[in-house]
Amino acid sequence: MLNMQPSLLSVDSIALSFGGLLAVDRVSFAVESGQIFSIIGPNGAGKTTIFNCISGFYAPNTGNISFNGHAIEGRSSHKIAKYGLVRTFQNIRLFKEMTVLENLLVAQHNIANRNLISGIIKLPQYRKAESEALDKAEYWLYQLGLTAFANREANSLAYGQQRTLEIARCMVTEPTMLLLDEPAAGLNPKETEELDELIVQLRDMYGITVLLIEHDMKLVMNISDRILVLDQGRVIANDLPSEVQSDPAVISAYLGEEE
Amino acid sequence: MQLLEQILNGITLGSIYALIAIGYTMVYGVIGMINFAHGEVYMVGAFVGLIVMTILSSIGASLVPVYLIAMLLIAILVSSVLGWSIERVAYRPLRGKHRLIPLISAIGMSFFLQNFMQLSQGPRPFAVKQLIPGSFTVSESFSISYMQILIPVVTLVFMVLFTYFISKTKLGVACRATEQDRRMANLLGINTDTIISVIFVIGASLAAVAGVLVSLYYGTVRDTMGFIIGIKAFTAAVLGGIGSIPGAMLGGFVLGFTESFASAYIGGDYKDIVSFVLLLLILLVLPSGLLGKAEIEKV
Amino acid sequence: MKQNFQNAIIATVLSFVLLSLTIGGLIQVEGIETTVVARPWYVVIGCTIVFIIQLFRDQLVFVFKGFGNVLKTLVRAEQIAEHAIQLKGSDRFNPLFYLTVLICLSVYPFIVSDKLWIGMFIDIYIYILLALGLNIVVGYAGLLNLGYIAFYAVGAYTYGILNHFYDFSFWLALPLSGMTAALAGIILGFPVLRLRGDYLAIVTLGFGQVLVILLRNLGSITGGPDGIGSIDRPTMFGIEFSRRAKEGGVPFHEFFGLEYNSIIKDFFFYFLALALVIFTIYVISRLVKMPIGRSWEALREDETACKSLGINSTSVKLSAFAISSFFAGLAGCFFAAKQRHISPESFEFIESVIVLAIVVMGGMGSTIGIILAAIFVAVLKDYSQDLQEYRMLIFSLILIVMMIWRPRGLFPATRPFIKLQNRQKSQECGC
Ligand SMILES: Nc1ncnc2c1ncn2[C@@H]1O[C@H](COP(=O)(O)OP(=O)(O)OP(=O)(O)O)[C@@H](O)[C@H]1O
Ligand SMILES: [Mg+2]
Repeated sequence: MLNMQPSLLSVDSIALSFGGLLAVDRVSFAVESGQIFSIIGPNGAGKTTIFNCISGFYAPNTGNISFNGHAIEGRSSHKIAKYGLVRTFQNIRLFKEMTVLENLLVAQHNIANRNLISGIIKLPQYRKAESEALDKAEYWLYQLGLTAFANREANSLAYGQQRTLEIARCMVTEPTMLLLDEPAAGLNPKETEELDELIVQLRDMYGITVLLIEHDMKLVMNISDRILVLDQGRVIANDLPSEVQSDPAVISAYLGEEE
Repeated sequence: MQLLEQILNGITLGSIYALIAIGYTMVYGVIGMINFAHGEVYMVGAFVGLIVMTILSSIGASLVPVYLIAMLLIAILVSSVLGWSIERVAYRPLRGKHRLIPLISAIGMSFFLQNFMQLSQGPRPFAVKQLIPGSFTVSESFSISYMQILIPVVTLVFMVLFTYFISKTKLGVACRATEQDRRMANLLGINTDTIISVIFVIGASLAAVAGVLVSLYYGTVRDTMGFIIGIKAFTAAVLGGIGSIPGAMLGGFVLGFTESFASAYIGGDYKDIVSFVLLLLILLVLPSGLLGKAEIEKV
Repeated sequence: MKQNFQNAIIATVLSFVLLSLTIGGLIQVEGIETTVVARPWYVVIGCTIVFIIQLFRDQLVFVFKGFGNVLKTLVRAEQIAEHAIQLKGSDRFNPLFYLTVLICLSVYPFIVSDKLWIGMFIDIYIYILLALGLNIVVGYAGLLNLGYIAFYAVGAYTYGILNHFYDFSFWLALPLSGMTAALAGIILGFPVLRLRGDYLAIVTLGFGQVLVILLRNLGSITGGPDGIGSIDRPTMFGIEFSRRAKEGGVPFHEFFGLEYNSIIKDFFFYFLALALVIFTIYVISRLVKMPIGRSWEALREDETACKSLGINSTSVKLSAFAISSFFAGLAGCFFAAKQRHISPESFEFIESVIVLAIVVMGGMGSTIGIILAAIFVAVLKDYSQDLQEYRMLIFSLILIVMMIWRPRGLFPATRPFIKLQNRQKSQECGC
């Protein structure tokens, strides 16, 4: 085949233990550019831990992770984010007491004009950079329907809006890949549907590759190109949605967990 | 002989630091804050000891053990009440707030106690009568004062009591469980609020013991005595690995030895600097301390 | 009520234990005899106070809450008014108001024309400078610097030493003092800023202690406990303010053909301090609206989220630390020039606590609040004869009570209102 392009993100046999607990056990998978790739698994399976390894919050004990040609395992998280890989958190982490707009401006820190002198005396290039940052923030507020809340404190938003804001905050950094940790948790069915559309839209219109952790099976099955199933830190399936649904190992893992 | 002398000094100082450091490390372990007022609890303990001693001597008590036991017990009583009240008044209402907030409150509390003592007794040192004067001569150039023996012995007694409490009694086990995982302990039916209070009381008691011992050893007590020693004992706790009780004991002795050698060979003026430099070094090279385990902060 | 009564009894019993063996017995030394004089009244009064406070706890909480609500309404009203102004399109800057304040402050020294009253304001200005600087780390970045006064000392000694040994002038030393202090901040902050915030608190506290020890002991450089004296006063475009100028110079009064009056010098210091305060307020008010200031606040809110967005939290902390120390350095340099004599005792830990109390009281992150708190604290500290003894007790109580009652200060900072540009509807964003 001609298409020998390496995967955008490849995780190669990473493992991480906390004390005696092996939270992630030799997990490997690869995400191709433009995919929506989902990770599912029962509580405590190690999904978030994998996210933390990829985004640099934990350093895996062994294994390699590469993103867009960079080896990123054990790198500091802010560097990884600079490569274009940003994430949301299972328990929303907004800058709570700052306004919605400020949240989006802060996120553009690395593209902002940070020259102190030009900021203090408001040089034209500084004004221009700030105005552009504001434009971009407004653009995403508009796209995600948050314009009316621009000057409200982030923690005054409804839960679903906070989740959306977290995604908006990622998007203003102009990422290549987005890691979403249970974005539908706590949303009502209507909101979940909107989220579903949004994720597809992010991929289709903005070319974002998405790695998604989700418990909402409907959402996952609808939009994923590929699904990785974890149980107790191990990969038990890595396949197309239709195949995963009928995989006996997956069914038993889930039946053992729930009900 | 100088070497031996420094070793003895190290043991004495180390005992004191270890006693105080336990309070820091336990509080940090369970509520994750530096209890800046801990040094002041020690200072209050020393004052109470002195007051008890003076009262005893004015009513004509003469037996040394009576003095010692009364001073220790009453100082422990008062300091325990103090430790308990500090937590209730200045820290408990602030649980769950931004980390900075209890820290500032603690600084306020530390200052409050220092100034309270200063206002009630005066901003000057008070001499403490020698309880057990004399020393025992090993050779012509070397003697060990009785106090230098008493301090490690009393420390040992309290360390043993404390270790017994924390590892064998039900309450002690609950303390350790709470330190390891407060939420989990709560789910298991442990009243973590009570446990936190208990931890403050224990820390304060050990600090009071240190306060009484120091006042007897150096023969003086004053309002500002808790401040520097508080920082140092905290250094000891960090050195041993904050959150680790054996670490605090070890750290106390390591710091005690370092300091006693430093003041002998570098000069007393700079001994406070030595412990500070030591603190910086540990934080740079070994932030989790000698016996602490590196924790991965949960995201 | 029954519950409260029970609690009150318990609290009273505990206070009795606490008070009777601390304040209840006065240690008296006469010759070699030490005695304890009982002071039962102190214990009785103390216990009564505790009893009453506990008994009427609910009512007290109610009063405090009510007062807090009044303040909240005030702040809210101010915020709404401000938003209204901004919505109309004008900037936050209200020239008339600021001009009035400036004029009042400018005529003040001439009206009072009294050393003491001018001096009081100079002291207030110094506290404002210090508190605004400390506010950057504590209020904005959420880091506790307990050795802040050490950076003030670095600034003061930088000028002292440069002037004493190398004859540097004030104006040359002023930026250098700021920069030296900032550098000290960076060097100290580097090892600890990676770690949890609490470590920073204790390390800065230790640093403050160590610096004072060093100042006392490095006699050949710092002059030891006596410090450095005869530091040159600043000049105004080369004109001096002393009775007789140094070789070749012309003193101010001769230059303008006036009678020599030492108050002219006080006027000069007053305006110099005022200028420094205005400069600082301007620079900081800009900084906090800039990316750097936003990142400070974001750091305070959630460090993990910052990192996840590509913000290097260590360098953000370092920048807050360095810039805040810079202003302390400026203040220190001014202090050295004003006092003409500096010694270690001006830079004790207490001073750090006082500045912290200002920041905490005024409202972390709020400039107006901090200015008001600085006035209150400076007056209480140096100009209230009756309260002299109790002032430190009061400051420490302020810290505790504020944390419990209004941790964001009496006048908390309001969020900036940013007017939307509304351009995205007509044209697509280029991203
Ligand atoms: N920093 C940490 N320290 C100790 N244990 C941890 C840490 N982070 C995760 N763990 C443990 O690792 C295991 C996997 O956790 P993880 O959060 O990855 O699960 P998950 O698949 O995301 O589950 P959920 O669906 O509940 O979010 C859990 O047992 C958890 O307690
Ligand atoms: Mg998870």
